[in-house]
Amino acid sequence: MRGSGERQDGAAWVLVSPALLLIGVFFVLPVIAGFLLSLTDFDIYAIGDPRVMRVVGLGNYHQILTDGDFWIAFRNTMVYVVLGVPLSVAASLGAALLVNAQRLRAKGLFRVVFFTPVVTTLVAVAIVWRYLYHPKFGLLNWGLSHLGLPTADWLGDPHWAMPAILLLSVWKNFGYNMLIFVAGLQSVPQELYEAADLDGAGAWQRFRHITLPGLRPAMLFVTVMTVLGNFQLFAEPYVMTQGGPLRSTVSLVMLMYEQGFRWWRMGRAAAIAFVLFALMLGATLLQIRTQRERST
Amino acid sequence: MRGRGGVALLHAAVIAAALLTLTPLVWMVSASLMPAGESTTLPPPFFPRHVTFAHYVELFTRLDLGRSVFNSTAIALVTTLVSVLINSMAGYAFAKLRFRGRDRVFGILLVALVIPSQVGMLPLFLELKVLHLVNTLPGAMIPYLSSVFGIFMVRQYALSIPNDLLDAARLDGASELRIFWHVVLPVIQPILVTQGIFNLLTSWNDFLWPLIVLSDERNFTLPLALANLMGEHVQDIELMMAGAVLTVLPVLIVFLALQRLYIRGVMMGSTKG
Repeated sequence: MRGSGERQDGAAWVLVSPALLLIGVFFVLPVIAGFLLSLTDFDIYAIGDPRVMRVVGLGNYHQILTDGDFWIAFRNTMVYVVLGVPLSVAASLGAALLVNAQRLRAKGLFRVVFFTPVVTTLVAVAIVWRYLYHPKFGLLNWGLSHLGLPTADWLGDPHWAMPAILLLSVWKNFGYNMLIFVAGLQSVPQELYEAADLDGAGAWQRFRHITLPGLRPAMLFVTVMTVLGNFQLFAEPYVMTQGGPLRSTVSLVMLMYEQGFRWWRMGRAAAIAFVLFALMLGATLLQIRTQRERST
Repeated sequence: MRGRGGVALLHAAVIAAALLTLTPLVWMVSASLMPAGESTTLPPPFFPRHVTFAHYVELFTRLDLGRSVFNSTAIALVTTLVSVLINSMAGYAFAKLRFRGRDRVFGILLVALVIPSQVGMLPLFLELKVLHLVNTLPGAMIPYLSSVFGIFMVRQYALSIPNDLLDAARLDGASELRIFWHVVLPVIQPILVTQGIFNLLTSWNDFLWPLIVLSDERNFTLPLALANLMGEHVQDIELMMAGAVLTVLPVLIVFLALQRLYIRGVMMGSTKG
């Protein structure tokens, strides 16, 4: 007879080894190899014959950080994160407050509607939006001119191309974060609102002093996930602008893709990947720390 | 929002937002049914004057996109079945079984959770080249076969399985693997469904990895085929929209059919994770 105090080494390893094998061979190993790759000048000749590869130490990192193209991609990606995340969070929170309103009917239906863009294929909807942004025949400019508002060549103007891509991503993703906020809203104790009512608190005061603090864990989750997602911008500019006009929508992942798979400079591309990783890690730690300081 | 006016205003705002959200998708379907060139007339029409399915026919005949439908379906189904099984095995073991090195291995996995997939993509490409898996469907499947996040989700869920349930089965003389199959899997079914949908959507919609690993048009997934089609047919808006509908529709149907389970899963993942 076996009790719960005993160990199940054999069975456990049978159960975990397929996953560990797959993750080890196809993820952990490549990540380690990627770091080593970033210390070499691995290029198209090395693909044919790895012996011509040389170790260059931190040469790739030095090369990247002194390269104008990297800083353009860095700036574009940061704009996409710094402008995009607050916009995305605000849209999700607004939608969550709306669909969670007590007196709203057909809540379930609206939740599904707002969530629908999340499940669509990014490449497909990026193509749809590319046509919606068409300066002459696009619905957006047509609608704007009908309202008497100025129009723009959204994807053809270096000033507007990034904001246009940003708007698409807000549309595509707000439904996901909306659900996280709805879950957060439902965990705020109802008694707090009743007590606030007794004290005569207004709608804004209730939102500011009960809803927002209650949403803190959801807010951290949403901002961390959105920041990470926005750092990985790739398919939208690839399909909509090819990084243009004037490199105004080249992102870090796109730069990595170009260096690695168009020019086959694998060493340099691997270094870009690790710089991106460092940025993402730094941004995440910063958010967690800020959150901690605020809640103590 | 008090009183009748407030309620009406609330509904007006939500309905307006819902219509705005659906507009790009409705226009996509509508434009795909217009005769060639109709969407580039002024004023831009929202609905087709004459409905035509000619673009869909062209996709499946001259452009041979049926091949890509098959590739995408194969990748999505195989990886979903495999990953749900493998992740649930590991997630359950990490949650409920005692074994040497459990906490250390799980700790390493948690570290891997924060590493973005792009970091390993270049060497993974080289690795698959050595294994002769570049430009093959199995090669395209590899990153989706198991995921740290999936294991983590199953583990969180499996922690709530009562130990008494497992011990009772052990007293009956059932082996650990039998317990997993007959006792654990039925109990953790909700999280498996959530994960299945999640993997289905990810593997179907993904772009960067298939773009890297697949080079032959015969092996293209739908998103790849669509991006490729843009090169030649960027002016053929109606045809491109038919391609977009073809790509989006399958996942949309899966989502709408299982939306209750999926939405619950997303909300559960956020509060537990």
